[in-house]
Amino acid sequence: MNLKLHVWRQKGPKDKGRFETYDATDVLEDMSFLEMLDVVNDGLEAEGREPIAFESDCREGICGACGCMINGQPHGHKARTTTCQLHMREFSDGDEIVIEPFRAKAFPVIKDLVVDRSSFDRIIQSGGFITARSGSAPDANAIPVAKVEADRAFDAATCIGCGACVASCPNASAMLFTGAKITHLGLLPQGQPERYLRVDKMVSQMDSEDFGHCGNFGECTLACPKSISLDVIAQMNTDYITAQFKGRDI
Amino acid sequence: MSIELKSNAPTGPIDSAWSRHKFDIKVVNPANKRKYTVIVVGTGLAGASAAATLGELGYNVQNFCFQDSPRRAHSIAAQGGINAAKNYQNDGDSVYRLFYDTVKGGDFRSRESNVYRLAELSVNIIDQAAAQGVPFAREYGGLLANRSFGGSLVSRTFYARGQTGQQLLLGAYSGHAAQVAAGNITMFPRHEMLDLVTIDGHARGIITRDLISGEIKSYAADAVILATGGYGNVFYLSTNAMGSNVTAAWRAAKRGALFANPCYTQIHPTCIPVSGDHQSKLTLMSESLRNDGRVWVPKDAKDCWNNDKAAVGRHPSQIPDEDRDYYLERRYPTFGNLVPRDVASRAAKLSCDEGRGVAFNGRGVYLDFKEAIGRLGQEEVAARYGNLFEMYERITGANPYTEPMRIYPAIHYTMGGLWVDYNLQSNTPGLFVLGEANFSDHGANRLGASALMQGLADGYFVIPYTLGHYLAEVGPRKNDAESSEFKGTEETVKGRVNKLLNVKGKRSVDSFHRELGHLMWEKCGMARTKEGLEEALERIPAIRDEFWNNVSVPGDGADLNQSLEKAGRVADFLEFAELKVGDALHREESCGGHFRLEHQTEEGEAKRNDDDFAYVAAWQFNGVDKKPTLHKEPLEFDHVKPSQRSYK
Amino acid sequence: MSWLSRFLRSTIGQKIVMAASGLMLVGFVLAHMVGNLQIFIGADALNTYAAMMQGNQGPLWVARLGLLGAIGAHIWSAVKLTIAAKGARPVAYKKRSWFDERYAVRTMRVGGMIVGAFIVFHLLHFTVGYFEGGFQHCADINGVFTCFAYQNVIGGFANPLVGVFYIVAQVFLGLHLTHGVWSMTRTLGFGNPRFDLIARKVAMVVGLIITIGNCSIPVAVMAGYLN
Repeated sequence: MNLKLHVWRQKGPKDKGRFETYDATDVLEDMSFLEMLDVVNDGLEAEGREPIAFESDCREGICGACGCMINGQPHGHKARTTTCQLHMREFSDGDEIVIEPFRAKAFPVIKDLVVDRSSFDRIIQSGGFITARSGSAPDANAIPVAKVEADRAFDAATCIGCGACVASCPNASAMLFTGAKITHLGLLPQGQPERYLRVDKMVSQMDSEDFGHCGNFGECTLACPKSISLDVIAQMNTDYITAQFKGRDI
Repeated sequence: MSIELKSNAPTGPIDSAWSRHKFDIKVVNPANKRKYTVIVVGTGLAGASAAATLGELGYNVQNFCFQDSPRRAHSIAAQGGINAAKNYQNDGDSVYRLFYDTVKGGDFRSRESNVYRLAELSVNIIDQAAAQGVPFAREYGGLLANRSFGGSLVSRTFYARGQTGQQLLLGAYSGHAAQVAAGNITMFPRHEMLDLVTIDGHARGIITRDLISGEIKSYAADAVILATGGYGNVFYLSTNAMGSNVTAAWRAAKRGALFANPCYTQIHPTCIPVSGDHQSKLTLMSESLRNDGRVWVPKDAKDCWNNDKAAVGRHPSQIPDEDRDYYLERRYPTFGNLVPRDVASRAAKLSCDEGRGVAFNGRGVYLDFKEAIGRLGQEEVAARYGNLFEMYERITGANPYTEPMRIYPAIHYTMGGLWVDYNLQSNTPGLFVLGEANFSDHGANRLGASALMQGLADGYFVIPYTLGHYLAEVGPRKNDAESSEFKGTEETVKGRVNKLLNVKGKRSVDSFHRELGHLMWEKCGMARTKEGLEEALERIPAIRDEFWNNVSVPGDGADLNQSLEKAGRVADFLEFAELKVGDALHREESCGGHFRLEHQTEEGEAKRNDDDFAYVAAWQFNGVDKKPTLHKEPLEFDHVKPSQRSYK
Repeated sequence: MSWLSRFLRSTIGQKIVMAASGLMLVGFVLAHMVGNLQIFIGADALNTYAAMMQGNQGPLWVARLGLLGAIGAHIWSAVKLTIAAKGARPVAYKKRSWFDERYAVRTMRVGGMIVGAFIVFHLLHFTVGYFEGGFQHCADINGVFTCFAYQNVIGGFANPLVGVFYIVAQVFLGLHLTHGVWSMTRTLGFGNPRFDLIARKVAMVVGLIITIGNCSIPVAVMAGYLN
């Protein structure tokens, strides 16, 4: 099939950026979306032109490196799929595809489709962990964890940190990401000692990164390649309210 | 240069070796730890756990990774699980049994002392991970669940659905994040290590390129730890991530560190086959599929049905049982479809070599669930493999409930790596190597669910002690990134970057990588011959020459330039490949992941030569286009007696 | 107080202010509707109810100030959050499509503003009494405190444009509530999946009841059922 791509090109953070149009010819339906871009880039490179910069690493949907807006949706229109796992059989001959970087103040564009998501790392660094010094752990079976709770914690823990939630949210909110980590750790007995300190710290870090708020629209959970449930945001709210009554100062 | 390979492994009873060693080695006074700067390259399981633990101890850690975040290292993609000799199942597991299985599984090409320590530490890893909040699978009573894995008779694998690597890495990453917040780790994401700096023979720092600004910069330290993963991408197509590369390890090798056993590569039998020349990577499907799936190819090559539209042949559903060749069941009546990874992989290749393959270019075999669906019902099959079937359908567009899956082996893991002693220190003092980047624990073949175990054992529980020993011995020194050694190396790196940018040829970087990868897969892949390897040794330098004369790297070095990043890595693969092929050629035996067609039993199984090759082959780099020097570390087996594997 | 200012500056804190004030307002809206529906019982019932309310100025003003505070808090948090949200995505997408096409979630701000404008109009209309046709204030008639709410309603909807505006505003209020009431439960931390299904249905029912109940009055007047 042959496609027309409208791709955001931006030389660097200071460049204004613009859309450029490329023809992707002889695209096979077995190609992944990124392999289609690889072929376009291969052509550009052989001509000595700068290829479209985009991020990807594992290309099996788990590392969270890839991601761009494809026709107005993060990772494209196919639910529960990362950009690297989106295949060209989802498109048809003659389609025009608009490809843009994830847009948020907290995700500044570095180049073309590559954005800086280090704000996510800073949110985790602010408290998204259980302090457990290496070598100090008790036997793993010393603390039983109800299967239901362990499974719920796991569901929240599958977040790959790709940023699709922020990209899809009308408010560019990072609450699905932050709520996922707070829920994962807050549901486990190991996470209790730091539970309320954690939510206080992580929420204030999240806010300071200039993300928007949650309007419970639910677009994030539908765009999330791992289908992280909106429940994690409610859980974060519960913990945040509780934290107000616990009276700890950070 | 004469190099003596001293393993520094403690002698005496093996079960107390590590405890005695920990007592015998020196420790750094807590107040002095702050005075030492340690560079860690890589943030996978080994790198992140090492950086976090060293940060907790009070060292001043500088941690580098080429990804945008430490959480993206490729350990994240490991699916199956992590072994530990907890014996929670009361099925007779023990540290000794895990040790035994690992040595045997490695086809008797690993160092016993290291493997024993690994088995011993495995139990601590599970404790550590659970304390960090890794959501392992649990039983209803709230205790940890286990599953079985290949190559073992006990159930000792801990898992978090099909995402164990992700959960363990996020656990290590969270501990790492805490240390970043505490100021003990300075994190440098989007920084690629491009050279190692040695002063007076000791590793004293690295040169990196900031992938955003293009700045080439020196970082000086008291010790350098490489946790930079394996070299599987020398094959271009592998289950590794796009960015996985050999550069850090290879640059260290070019600065004097020995590279051990580069010919050992593991092939995973159940991956999704290549679908065309555009293919950029291969996706693994869990090995558990072979528990219920039956592997076959058509008896008659005329029946082979390919994906490309012009292909002839019968659709698999139209091929009656009598026209199918269930070759694993036929050749291995006892183990059938459950033979080990290397055996299953070679058998698939053999069938395809006979012209009976069923995917693009005839490189695929069927994995059929029809019988399982009939026996268990579709619901049960969905409960067991639903997520895998969904993944398969997402990638291939075919529905495995109604037509057989097509699978083919792919490069998955590399057992070789930089040579290290018992302390995980290379022959270059101050250079430590952890995880897949070293050669130490898996011999010629790695058992399933052991890679995660090794990475974390190295990072959480080995390096904190052994690094201290080195630092205590050398004492505090001045770390000066402005010294002539650093400046000189920095200039070399800059020269190389500029050279890449100034070739201004006509071929894309990927086209060279693909060409090299194809050659490596054909000549140094699942089955190797003397002639094939010799041919590869002739062709690699030719590809390398063309690369340096005709590669096109657009843009400049002063900003994010992904072509330049790839070009640097491919240039290193083009040098490293020659070493790998040379190692495969020199090892006149078959063992584990190294199969030489000349050396097989009458039944077609790997035939080891313990008399001549029971050693670690550690290669010393002497210059591009020059022959490397072989150093041998003899392997002695005091506990597990070498035997011939059989799966008939 | 550093705790409180931090709470009020956080996005979650502001959402909690919005949810808590929203809870007060939805309670009022429901009670207000129930009171007004007495119009269908008859003029006396409604007028007696009005007289009871107007005759207790003390409690009435307490309630009014409370409501004013809730509205103020609701608007304050909405404005703060909206400004922050606009700032969170300075560059808009060239092309945008949604997984979730539901209308209600997309009209919270517009709907809120329409409802806000409606409240101002409504107060001028029936409380202050600006409308053509002669608004009758409560008065002491023969020693009996008497109100003319029924007559005012009939007169107030004499202009069909007013009636239509009321109906449009009630539809937006209903949409606002079908998302708002559910969203409120989430913000206040009730995320249990079992509870969630109920909360979604309750929100839908509340939105529907408010719309139908409140629209029934102008519709009945304009249709001539009430006169």
